[in-house]
Amino acid sequence: MGVARYIKDEKGAITEVVYQSGIKIKPVYGPEELADAGFTYEKDLGEAGEYPFTRSLHPMGYRSRAWTTRQYTGFGTPEQTNERFKLMIANGQNGLNVAFDLPTQMGYDSDHPLAEGEVGRVGMAVDSLKDFLTAFDGIPLDRIGSGLTINAVASIMMAMYQALGETKGFDKTKISCTPQNDILKEMIGRGAWIFPVEHGVHLVGDTIEYAVRELPRSNPVSICGYHIRESGATPAQEIAYAFEIARAYIDTVAARGIDPSDFVGRFSFNFNVYGNLWEQIAKFRAARKIWAQMLKEDYKVTEKKKLFLRGLFGGGGSGLTKEEPENNIMRGAFYALGAALSGAQTTALCSFDEAYTIPTPRSALLSLKTLELLMDEVGLRDTVDPLAGSYFIETLTLEMADKIREEMAWVRNMGGIVSGISEGVIQKKVSQQAYEFEKGLQSGEYKKVGRTPGKEDDAADVELHQYNRAWAQSSKDSLAELKRTRHEKAVTDTLRSLEKAAKNKNNVMPYLVDCCKAFATVGEMADVFRQTFGEWQEPGFY
Amino acid sequence: METVNKIRVLVAKPGLDGHDKGAKIVALALRDAGMEVIYSGLHQTLDQIISTAVQESVDVIGLSIMSGAHLPICEKLTAMMKEHTLDNVHLVVGGVIPQQDIQPLRDMGVAAVFPGGASFDTIVSGIHALFQ
Repeated sequence: MGVARYIKDEKGAITEVVYQSGIKIKPVYGPEELADAGFTYEKDLGEAGEYPFTRSLHPMGYRSRAWTTRQYTGFGTPEQTNERFKLMIANGQNGLNVAFDLPTQMGYDSDHPLAEGEVGRVGMAVDSLKDFLTAFDGIPLDRIGSGLTINAVASIMMAMYQALGETKGFDKTKISCTPQNDILKEMIGRGAWIFPVEHGVHLVGDTIEYAVRELPRSNPVSICGYHIRESGATPAQEIAYAFEIARAYIDTVAARGIDPSDFVGRFSFNFNVYGNLWEQIAKFRAARKIWAQMLKEDYKVTEKKKLFLRGLFGGGGSGLTKEEPENNIMRGAFYALGAALSGAQTTALCSFDEAYTIPTPRSALLSLKTLELLMDEVGLRDTVDPLAGSYFIETLTLEMADKIREEMAWVRNMGGIVSGISEGVIQKKVSQQAYEFEKGLQSGEYKKVGRTPGKEDDAADVELHQYNRAWAQSSKDSLAELKRTRHEKAVTDTLRSLEKAAKNKNNVMPYLVDCCKAFATVGEMADVFRQTFGEWQEPGFY
Repeated sequence: METVNKIRVLVAKPGLDGHDKGAKIVALALRDAGMEVIYSGLHQTLDQIISTAVQESVDVIGLSIMSGAHLPICEKLTAMMKEHTLDNVHLVVGGVIPQQDIQPLRDMGVAAVFPGGASFDTIVSGIHALFQ
């Protein structure tokens, strides 16, 4: 049943339950289990909004403010994305979460041969500042923050966001963007990497350093356990690897002589809500505590707000099934319930048709309404951390914390996350687990409702988002027009300065902003990096 | 190519999409089913896929495509396979493939399509069936 391992006797009664992170669950919990786990109120729980923040970041939780909703949005041309942004905002969404197409994510312009068939398909196509100006037209950038789901070329997109703000009359100190910018997780799962590991990490360092100095409201990195989990990691590994990745970024910036206290408060995270409900809740409660402890103990961070595990807890795509896709609406609601019971600060929910393709407006709104319903109708804003003190949840939270720490220690003992990824050790482990889990699903050891082992249903009839090849042509035409009309000398000059900065290991950010303002294209800027840094050769995975 | 020699399969990720969990777990399943599996790695151009297929003398090219670009990719690859006289190599495709695209893929010359949710058994026996 579900994603945990259940052993039953001949009458069908459950005799054993083991969660994915490897924790055995008892049939009943009481004071004895809590005592055995070594629980004390002050050390493990504390007041809401107080260190170690197991309960919540803020003393009043959702009473003071409901979660921020940020559905992942973007497709086709910048005009269409702009329309969808406005639709989501009109329906109560209070932050944007921008999806880019694959060519943009991989640093290719719409007219590049490798972009063929992909322009505008899984996100919007962005070639230059011209496209950003269209996509964000009429969006109040001083009130609506934007998550930018981009990694290998996050530095370029963050520079472009600043150029966008300044062109539209919003000062760089007033705008807020969160590029995903977590290149190490791309190398474990999701795969949108370009440059070799050390250069990828160096670019992340540049964005953090620059944001500390120039973009006070932006969060330069959003570390994603999410995709690591989707690739086959357990919930404990999801948190552990993300924290070790965060450690790698902290260390690279600290090595530039910047005190971690000056920037760790700007880190945010992206975690998954797919899985067993209780394991998810315990995972988030344990994660808040471990992050705060790690910053305090390892990096001597003391200011309360800088110890917050801020981020988006949501998504859940790998839980969806193609079979009986309407079931995914219910799944989504339960994932969101888990996120709310975990005190998620920001959330977004997978849409029911995403086992097929990117969402239609109808399914995207259904997800948004699900999130609204939890806050405004069901009662999730009533009280902070409503499960606190439960014998089961508190015991499980302590056990999850132990599992997370074990996984973190494993990574550090083998030489840290950067070497683990460079050598492919992490990828190998995660892929093998994904394989074992899939075998379990197919044999019936794990269960997804609607999916019968050995039986593959015909796809259900649902309305799906349709890709239109004309969008690619429109992007190409717009790019051709840009190249005819822009000031070529400014483009070459700024690109040359960028190249020089990249070669000399100067922070590339100010040079990228100049390139963007000169309407250099994403492909042109990424090519400078490709030529300077080379490309990553991924290690084998078995 | 009956039972004596192992079936050689190139599991390949064409194009820019980096979602490789499906490709990797299918590669592991085919290997466990006794096939020789070569995994291409990510971000392969169609030229690279053809050249690996030739170099490794594979019997099957298995593409994993999640981005929705399966129609244009397969259109091109089937044409390139003809050009390189890879007539004895079977092309199979898996990934996020909507029902209505299966027939058009078959019409292009794709030997078998395994949409998301296809079991390892279906994929393994589907590949074996190509050699009977």
